Amino acid sequence: MFVAAVTSGLVLGGMYALIAMGLTLQYGVARIMNLAHGELMIAAAFAALWLFSSAAVNPLLGLLLVVPAAFAISWAIYRLLLTPLVRRAPNRDALEVDSILATFGMLFVIQGVMLVMFGGAYYSYSFLAFPVTIAGATVAANRLLALAFAAVIGLGLYLYLTRTRLGTAVRAVAVDPNSAPLVAIDVRATAALAFAFGGALVAAGGVLVSMFLTFNANIGVVFTMKALIVVIMGGVGNLLGCLLAGLILGLAETFVATFVDPGLTLATTYALFLIILLVRPQGLFGTASR
Amino acid sequence: MKPAFLLAASAIAVAILATVPLYANGYELSLAITLMNYTVLATAWTLFSGPTRYVSLATVAFFGIGAYTVAVLAERMAWPWILLIALAVGVAVALIVGLSTLRLSGVYFVIFTFGLAELIRQIVTWYEVNVTRTLGRYIFVGIDPADIYWQLLGLAVLVFAAGILIRRSRLGLALRVIGDDETVARHIGINTTIAKVALFALSAAFMTLCGAVMAPRWTYIDPAIAFSPVVSFQVLIMALLGGVHRLYGPLFGVVPLVLLFEFLLARFPNHFSILVGLAFMLIVYAIPQGIVGFVERILRRRGDAA
Repeated sequence: MFVAAVTSGLVLGGMYALIAMGLTLQYGVARIMNLAHGELMIAAAFAALWLFSSAAVNPLLGLLLVVPAAFAISWAIYRLLLTPLVRRAPNRDALEVDSILATFGMLFVIQGVMLVMFGGAYYSYSFLAFPVTIAGATVAANRLLALAFAAVIGLGLYLYLTRTRLGTAVRAVAVDPNSAPLVAIDVRATAALAFAFGGALVAAGGVLVSMFLTFNANIGVVFTMKALIVVIMGGVGNLLGCLLAGLILGLAETFVATFVDPGLTLATTYALFLIILLVRPQGLFGTASR
Repeated sequence: MKPAFLLAASAIAVAILATVPLYANGYELSLAITLMNYTVLATAWTLFSGPTRYVSLATVAFFGIGAYTVAVLAERMAWPWILLIALAVGVAVALIVGLSTLRLSGVYFVIFTFGLAELIRQIVTWYEVNVTRTLGRYIFVGIDPADIYWQLLGLAVLVFAAGILIRRSRLGLALRVIGDDETVARHIGINTTIAKVALFALSAAFMTLCGAVMAPRWTYIDPAIAFSPVVSFQVLIMALLGGVHRLYGPLFGVVPLVLLFEFLLARFPNHFSILVGLAFMLIVYAIPQGIVGFVERILRRRGDAA
């Protein structure tokens, strides 16, 4: 029971970390607080479901289609819909409020489109759903595969951001958008890139989650909420913080669900969030910059 | 205009509005109740979010607390007591949320309020399923639609009165400074946390009462009905469309949007969420200052030209 809770907690936590990394890129670099983040994730999950059930495309191959599409769509959203807000905002706080409002509207539009297409019912599909035994506990193979993919994607992102020129530019904008142009960094283009990367990450999360969780058109908000909490727990813009905070949240939820009551998982999430806000508002690993 | 004249005009307007249930038919009265409901909610929202510029997404959390308290207590005690208890619960929750998030940067507050309704819904559901073992309650109280309308009208008058009084007080001035620049506010010795929390609790008190008053409209209520996130969303867009830097601003958003939503729900029930989302984005992009701000800007420009 204990080992089972740990493994499924790690799988869930890995998913949270992945989607929260997407959000922290969008918020930390592009300064967009994206409330429609979870909607894009569920849209990707539906895309994977549709590819699998109607075109018999393996979800792992589906990743190759869905993730670049999400990258392109997010890039377009930033360029067409969010750049006007960036232009008119006199300061960072005003942009935050504007972006919250605009993406709040987007949330309802995307959710509405999915409701029209798929209705409110819960969906799932069966892919690699055979059991695997690890250290005495049985786990579904698709969960392990999802965790492995999340780890590979997260590691790839980390290496990209720390080892390449473009990744360094992204980090520079995150640290100081006003000074970045002094070293010939195009802040708008970099912000668009970071926003698009955030979309690609959350879409990857959506496809991976769709392999083992049931989902419906309304559930995106819950994931947005959890991603926001993970981002704040880990410290805004901190990828490793995201990873750890995501795992902590996943484990905490699974333990409460296993040993206390499955109905209290969201309350646990919030309790964690409140404690963090009260004790360390800058996040577990963040520095007090705001 | 002289204050005395304004006061008399408002008194006459309220008196005229109070006669609506005497001649309106069922549909008209229900429309009037919806209008009044959103007037109270959007104005209460503006009371806090207008001067401080903190976007609260938790309207329905308080509205739902009010409605659900009535559902639990109905028939057990007299109506004024029920309202009082609902009020106490709502204010207590607002104080907890405010004290823990309003000390920090605005974005934490937004995020927390974003999920607050969902959290309360889950807790209430869990409590009902595990402790009382009843999910969903029936409300039978002897309150007809006209009574609801009059109570809402009274609440609306109170919201406006509170708003005007606050604007003239030290608290109102402090809040305007906070909205303009919070750092400056702290430096000139304003206790920003206390000011924000006090106003947030006041705004939440009105939302809670509004929910309590509206509860008898449903004969059956469950957590999903009481804490439906669409209410928060609609209140937000009505306030924004009207304009949040004036107390009367939301009125200009409530009236057109309630009518538009009635039309959309009747005509396109399946695409409601998409259309409302698009309307909302249109408002954010095209008239960020709201109708009142937009009109004021045009008038000012004309004044400059003359």
